[in-house]
Amino acid sequence: MTKLAQWLLGLLLLGGVWATVTFDLLDLDPPPACREVFWPLPVYLLVAFGCYSLATIGYRVATFNDCEDAAQELQQQIRQAKEELSRKGMRL
Amino acid sequence: MAAVRERKGARDGTGDMYSVLLPTYNERENLPIIVWLLVKYFGESGYKYEIIIIDDGSPDGTLEVAKQLQKIYGEDKILLRPREKKLGLGTAYIHGMQHASGNFIIIMDADLSHHPKFIPEFIKKQKEGNFDIVSGTRYIGNGGVYGWDLKRKLISRGANFLSQVLLRPGASDLTGSFRLYKKTVLQKLVDNCVSKGYVFQMEMIVRARQFNYTIGEVPISFVDRVYGESKLGGNEIVSFLKGLLTLFATT
Ligand SMILES: Nc1nc2c(ncn2[C@@H]2O[C@H](COP(=O)(O)OP(=O)(O)O)[C@@H](O)[C@H]2O)c(=O)[nH]1
Ligand SMILES: [Mg+2]
Repeated sequence: MTKLAQWLLGLLLLGGVWATVTFDLLDLDPPPACREVFWPLPVYLLVAFGCYSLATIGYRVATFNDCEDAAQELQQQIRQAKEELSRKGMRL
Repeated sequence: MAAVRERKGARDGTGDMYSVLLPTYNERENLPIIVWLLVKYFGESGYKYEIIIIDDGSPDGTLEVAKQLQKIYGEDKILLRPREKKLGLGTAYIHGMQHASGNFIIIMDADLSHHPKFIPEFIKKQKEGNFDIVSGTRYIGNGGVYGWDLKRKLISRGANFLSQVLLRPGASDLTGSFRLYKKTVLQKLVDNCVSKGYVFQMEMIVRARQFNYTIGEVPISFVDRVYGESKLGGNEIVSFLKGLLTLFATT
């Protein structure tokens, strides 16, 4: 199954449960309080996911390591390499 | 003396050999440095290796530089497998691999953004879990980048988050191209990957998960190229999104 199919299946299942309760498709007569909570649920989930995404990405951008030391080490090694290579007869 | 050298040559006693594929296009300034670093770190760690340089007719004379390096370090260590003209990165790997005699293949950029000091760590990691693939990652642990502004970090993190959500690939750095593969595994992946260019790296890791290959990860620092300019860029974001959606719908 492709990732797309997995997503569609998941959304279909969730949507099915949501529609069943909200429109009482099975005539289960759920308490009104329950339906009250259920009908805006997709919006809640969407907003929650959006917030989670933004928070996660924001946090990861803020904590993205700046490898200052690695850059300095590389600069030093570039000098070393050039020195040694020209000693070995390399035209740089 | 001989005993010492022998012990060093086969320090891990497994007879493993590592072929490093270096695709180059206009890297005359970077190539000597990257080769020097490779020789240094392989020498210190004592693993058996070869470096395969695949130059695509660079107009800046990269091949000439490669020939000089071959003279210095020997034809058994530096192999030149040039091609006439620029045929792209994906086919460069395939071309190089055909000439590799190691049972492991290391793929890295020649522009000094991938530092050879991580290779011994890759190898250690691979042996720890007998992993099929070890992937360098900028996104976890001590991994990171140098020379990126806020915008680039944001795009990178955003793109990475989106691809993690959509593809759940089981590896944290999809677009990085600093990796170690078992040769048989790389062969199988290359045979099954259809995308070209930039998306190729992404597809490799996604297919790897499909085939249930095991993936180990090593945090790496990615230092933006010092010399020369990137050949990709431009519509990188567009091709990334296209590739992502293609993989989303087909794997
Ligand atoms: N042989 C070959 N090497 C290439 C080609 N395009 C890029 N490269 C090399 O692939 C590596 C990565 O390319 P680069 O331009 O740095 O891509 P970026 O790091 O994604 O910006 C470098 O070592 C380049 O020299 C190509 O068409 N043929
Ligand atoms: Mg680069």
